[in-house]
Amino acid sequence: MDGSVPTERRAFTLIPSGMQPNAPAAGGPARRGAALQRAWPRIRAALLGTLSVLVFLTLWQAASATHLDFFLRFDNIPSPAVVAVQATTVVFSADFLNDVLASCERVYFGFALAALLAVPVGLLIGRYRAARELLFPLCELLRPVPAIAWVPISIMLWPTDWQSIVFITFLGAFFPILLNTVHGVQRIDPILVRAARSLGAREGAIFREVYLAGAMPAIFTGLAVGMGVGWVSVIAAEMISGQSGIGYFTWEAYSLIAYPDIVLGMAAIGLLGLVSSAGIRRLGRLAMPWLPAH
Amino acid sequence: MARSEGHIDISHLGLDYEVGSRRTAAVADISLAVLPGEFVSIVGPSGCGKSTLLNVVAGFITPTRGRVRLDGEIIRGPGADRGMVFQHSSLFPWKTVLGNVEFGLKMKGIGVKERRRMAHTLLSLAGLAGFEGQFPDRLSGGMQQRVGIVRALATGPRVLLMDEPFGALDAQTREIMQQILTNIWERLGISVLFVTHDVDEAIFLSDRVYVMTARPGRLKAEMPIGLKRPRERDGMVSQEFLELRGRLASLVREESLRAMGGELASDLGGLEAMLERRF
Repeated sequence: MDGSVPTERRAFTLIPSGMQPNAPAAGGPARRGAALQRAWPRIRAALLGTLSVLVFLTLWQAASATHLDFFLRFDNIPSPAVVAVQATTVVFSADFLNDVLASCERVYFGFALAALLAVPVGLLIGRYRAARELLFPLCELLRPVPAIAWVPISIMLWPTDWQSIVFITFLGAFFPILLNTVHGVQRIDPILVRAARSLGAREGAIFREVYLAGAMPAIFTGLAVGMGVGWVSVIAAEMISGQSGIGYFTWEAYSLIAYPDIVLGMAAIGLLGLVSSAGIRRLGRLAMPWLPAH
Repeated sequence: MARSEGHIDISHLGLDYEVGSRRTAAVADISLAVLPGEFVSIVGPSGCGKSTLLNVVAGFITPTRGRVRLDGEIIRGPGADRGMVFQHSSLFPWKTVLGNVEFGLKMKGIGVKERRRMAHTLLSLAGLAGFEGQFPDRLSGGMQQRVGIVRALATGPRVLLMDEPFGALDAQTREIMQQILTNIWERLGISVLFVTHDVDEAIFLSDRVYVMTARPGRLKAEMPIGLKRPRERDGMVSQEFLELRGRLASLVREESLRAMGGELASDLGGLEAMLERRF
């Protein structure tokens, strides 16, 4: 026996590591190409998004410029070009900026009140069956009532106009925040609650450390949506007041038949809502570092 | 390491539950003990009630009959004196590894600096240094379970309850985790009640193994494991091991067949009834 193993009896053959194919090539054109490949998904997303907006604007411009009258009537609808021209004169005026600030104040205040009320109530409803049985039917009864339908009641109910307006934006923001919070609590995996219990957590600690912390993603979703709905409600809310605000600006434009201003008001509300919601989402990502980025 | 605490005493435990209007027994009449410092496993077929039994000891379920005592005191609810490791990762996703391990210490009222220091030490001992700042979803299944074990041990519980902790892991990871667990146990000497369906795992880890019957679960057999400690993987092919394995496996197989046969019989019965009604 000479110590070497005969070929037929060897159970396996080791593969020497130097013979691996696919050694990565470094530098030069390969690296630039790789960077482009990595950036492509984001480039593509931006391109596609811009494309659909451009198609929308082009169709609208064409329809308005030709005063299209084929079932839909574009005769009086201002084209994007006209709106843009109007925007350059209006947007930087002091009045308009005041209107923006006034609306922001009303929406953000109503939103803050909504968040302060809806999150705790939502946590309670999600966690305790008694709270759900007590409060949820009332919420579900009030929820479907549209903001605009609340306007007359709101005027009668609240002493000042400002309070009536903020009440409307509050109502808009309240229900999305509430529902998402409830949902967030209900989706907590019961095993996490058991784990917390077997680590010595009592009821208060479980509520804070498991239910509240675990529901944060859903709460932030609710906050982002609530902020958006708050902005949607502002136009109905500002029907109440004859003083200022983007909603008021839009109503005025409608009654004065200043068509470009109507579209401008709509766009302004939409943009403010978008930016505000995006801001909430950004805050959410900062507050919840454990979530995967997108 | 001589231990005086961690004595689990289960006497005539029974647990019934309702399915619709019927009352069935999940666990029938179980009496067993875990002595301080012992590693005891319970093996049995799926659905036999072994996890239920563990949940009763953990305090999540109240028994219908019988008592569970820990060091003489009746168990009435969950607590940090019985650490628990679950089959699927139960780490808090919104806390880092460090935050998870600190949790039990936080519940005990230990201050921030102190508990951070303790958690760091524990993680280093478990070979997890460097992972403190990671969130659980970045870790592999095996690492998550490792963190789960450290987290449960951080509060210094009297017993460790483990519900098929390696059941969701792949075979290689499972073997490595078993070795890690037995190494930790050798050092700590804590009482462990371990539930598994894996016979090899039970023998490798335990001082004694109980076999549970199919539902309603009773104790079928008790087998002391006299293998030399500390346990090593190489010892898993010795004659002694193979005999233990053979006997234990056949006991469990009998019950598995009974459990499955019961299901098959009731399914066939239902099928027959449906056919009879049709024709």
